[in-house]
Amino acid sequence: MGKLTLDDLRKMRESLKNEMDKRDGEKDIRIVVGMGTCGIAAGAKKTLEAFIEDLDKRSLKNVSVKQTGCMGNCNVEPTVEVFMPEMPATLYGNVSADVARKIVQKHILERTLLNDHIQDKPSIDIVKH
Amino acid sequence: MPYKHYILICAGTACESSHAQEIHDNFIKEIKDRQLESDVQVVKTGCFGFCEQGPIVKILPDNAFYVKLKPEDVKEIVDENIIKGRVVQRLLYSPKEDKGRHQMTDVANIDFYQKQFRIVLRNCGIIDPEKIDEYIARDGYKALEKVLFEMSPTQVIDEVSRSGLRGRGGAGFPTGLKWSFTQKTSSDVKYIVCNADEGDPGAYMDRSTLEGDPHSILEAMTIAGYAVGAHKGYIYIRAEYPLAIERLNIAIGQARDYGLLGEKILGSNFDFDIEIRLGAGAFVCGEETALLASVEGERGMPRPRPPFPAVKGLWGKPTVINNVETWANIPVIILKGASWFAKIGTERSKGTKVFALTGKINNSGLIEVPMGTTLREIIFDIGGGIKDGKQFKAAQTGGPSGGVIPAEFLDTPIDYDNLTAIGSMMGSGGMIVMDEDDCIVDITKFYLQFSVDESCGKCAPCRIGGYQLLNLLEKITSGRGEMADLNKLFKISQAMQKASLCGLGQTASNPVLSTMKYFGEEYQEHIQNNKCRARKCAQLLKFEILPEKCVKCGLCAKVCPVGAISGDREKGYVIDQAKCIRCGQCLERCKFKAITRG
Ligand SMILES: Cc1cc2nc3c(=O)[nH]c(=O)nc-3n(C[C@H](O)[C@H](O)[C@H](O)COP(=O)(O)O)c2cc1C
Ligand code: SF4
Ligand code: SF4
Ligand code: FES
Repeated sequence: MGKLTLDDLRKMRESLKNEMDKRDGEKDIRIVVGMGTCGIAAGAKKTLEAFIEDLDKRSLKNVSVKQTGCMGNCNVEPTVEVFMPEMPATLYGNVSADVARKIVQKHILERTLLNDHIQDKPSIDIVKH
Repeated sequence: MPYKHYILICAGTACESSHAQEIHDNFIKEIKDRQLESDVQVVKTGCFGFCEQGPIVKILPDNAFYVKLKPEDVKEIVDENIIKGRVVQRLLYSPKEDKGRHQMTDVANIDFYQKQFRIVLRNCGIIDPEKIDEYIARDGYKALEKVLFEMSPTQVIDEVSRSGLRGRGGAGFPTGLKWSFTQKTSSDVKYIVCNADEGDPGAYMDRSTLEGDPHSILEAMTIAGYAVGAHKGYIYIRAEYPLAIERLNIAIGQARDYGLLGEKILGSNFDFDIEIRLGAGAFVCGEETALLASVEGERGMPRPRPPFPAVKGLWGKPTVINNVETWANIPVIILKGASWFAKIGTERSKGTKVFALTGKINNSGLIEVPMGTTLREIIFDIGGGIKDGKQFKAAQTGGPSGGVIPAEFLDTPIDYDNLTAIGSMMGSGGMIVMDEDDCIVDITKFYLQFSVDESCGKCAPCRIGGYQLLNLLEKITSGRGEMADLNKLFKISQAMQKASLCGLGQTASNPVLSTMKYFGEEYQEHIQNNKCRARKCAQLLKFEILPEKCVKCGLCAKVCPVGAISGDREKGYVIDQAKCIRCGQCLERCKFKAITRG
């Protein structure tokens, strides 16, 4: 992409917004792993790898795995948020590689929430309000 | 098929110990009795941080938030909320009278129990910080658009001034006013600087912001450049933050590719670019004049102010220097407007504050709350209370430049002026919670040690005064203190405040003054009774053998590394206090609990 003009940027934002709402085109399930220094120190990289491997093993192609910054819940790192249609957006804490595989099995395949790992989202999103 | 309702039951320690399990079982039973198992899932969750109000149950997707539940309330919730879809009003959380939060609730139409409000951290934990597109999709660079094409520089500064934003790096200076000084100083070259030195122990707010949302800082600095007439910005960041540096570098590269940094930004006539400068991690380099010296390639030593950097800064040119968190507020102020921002917070402290909550708190982490939130809300409604059910003793804010907030001020709304009035300060946002096991004198010694280590040594009050304070504290915690030392502590502290060259020395004695003010009796106990009530000061401990429990086995005498225990299997054993080095080995070894530590 070359240098943007004001118009380019505006158009780009609109189309990106639509894309974000559609959640990555084909992939309608999104797993977001908190990868700040605190998350990484607690093993978030292993968690991320576990997700990717497990999804691959089960040939789940409609799930994207992404990274983000610190979600603030440093006492329960690594933290992971799962978005999928017809399920509430869910924030999980203490997500080891093992728990990651459980999330794939229970949350994504069986569509049930996992016991003992759900955390409360700390606040609303001001950008959307 | 997914479920229609989810019943989230808090299974954190506090809720578990107050019937959460029974409530859980009741839900399972009621759901089963009504054959709703395929419609409703009952789930146990981690702590909501709201333990004072426990046990807690949240129902999704209705978002009903029930507090202080009793096992017998379950039936009603199932009948009303789950079956009839009617929230049970009497069991909902009702907010207490509290100005700051009510205003915030109005502003954002926020769930009333959520005490956090994220302006600075709006994108942290949401976007991928390495993808500029995700930032753009969430209104990123929209404030820059607005500024470049719809506002004059003076309008931008007015907007920032009217928002009431004050610097988040510690001193709380009004940001708009600072910018206007630089704008009004005529000069061919001006600079914008971001202070990301973040050196106080326990603080990591700025690191997380940079790691989670680097573009917000770039956008804000560019806006300031436009407002004051600068074309070059520097981010001064400590080399110990490799991830933040990496993400900043990626962000700068992407912004340049898109033409959001560089020449003729977005086709306007405005040029601006940003470079990163790495600091070696000296605390004093966070002080603005020392920081500027360090960017110039000089040794990071403070210079006298005035002249202030806003007028005469980097290479003698007018320079706006702001803290990371200050910067992160700017795009939101421009987009949502000064009056939106000014509704949040207290009269003289607007907006929110990010705190890194650590210490003896159950839910340590990064929180952002409106100014005016009380310490009680932060600790007990967000932080989940004190670890292991211990007693709250004090919270330390402002790091080595700050002080302690004792229990009597738990309900004081936190803002710049209130914290200063009670002898602490906002600082950059480290908040360390202490419980009854923390010794106040020992903690003060820790901060003093830090300041002494970090003093640059340029001026005598800080270099010598800090060292003397530390020696006195050392004397007191090792049982050699005299009452006259308290007066010495006080006098040296005052001299340092008045005569030091920079903020480090001027504030290094704050922890001493503040703890002497609120915990004076603990100092006295150390001196007069050789007693440390938290049992932290090893030199003040006294190990003794209780003859009535001692079975005369002699094990303690064998393990004592300095031969302080004498006696034999007939007469029993005693500890020679003069020889004892208080290592505690005898106490650990004695199987009969015959040795006490007092
Ligand atoms: C010893 C010392 C250390 C400081 N460290 C920092 C720091 O790490 N980060 C920061 O933003 N400000 C720090 N400051 C405050 C800066 O001098 C300056 O006030 C601040 O960068 C101004 O930005 P603001 O108005 O946005 O707060 C420090 C001040 C002193 C005296
Ligand atoms: S107050 Fe301390 S850190 Fe500041 S200039 Fe003097 S010696 Fe250096
Ligand atoms: S505390 Fe250590 S030094 Fe003192 S009597 Fe016990 S073993 Fe010996
Ligand atoms: S244990 Fe339930 S809110 Fe903390």
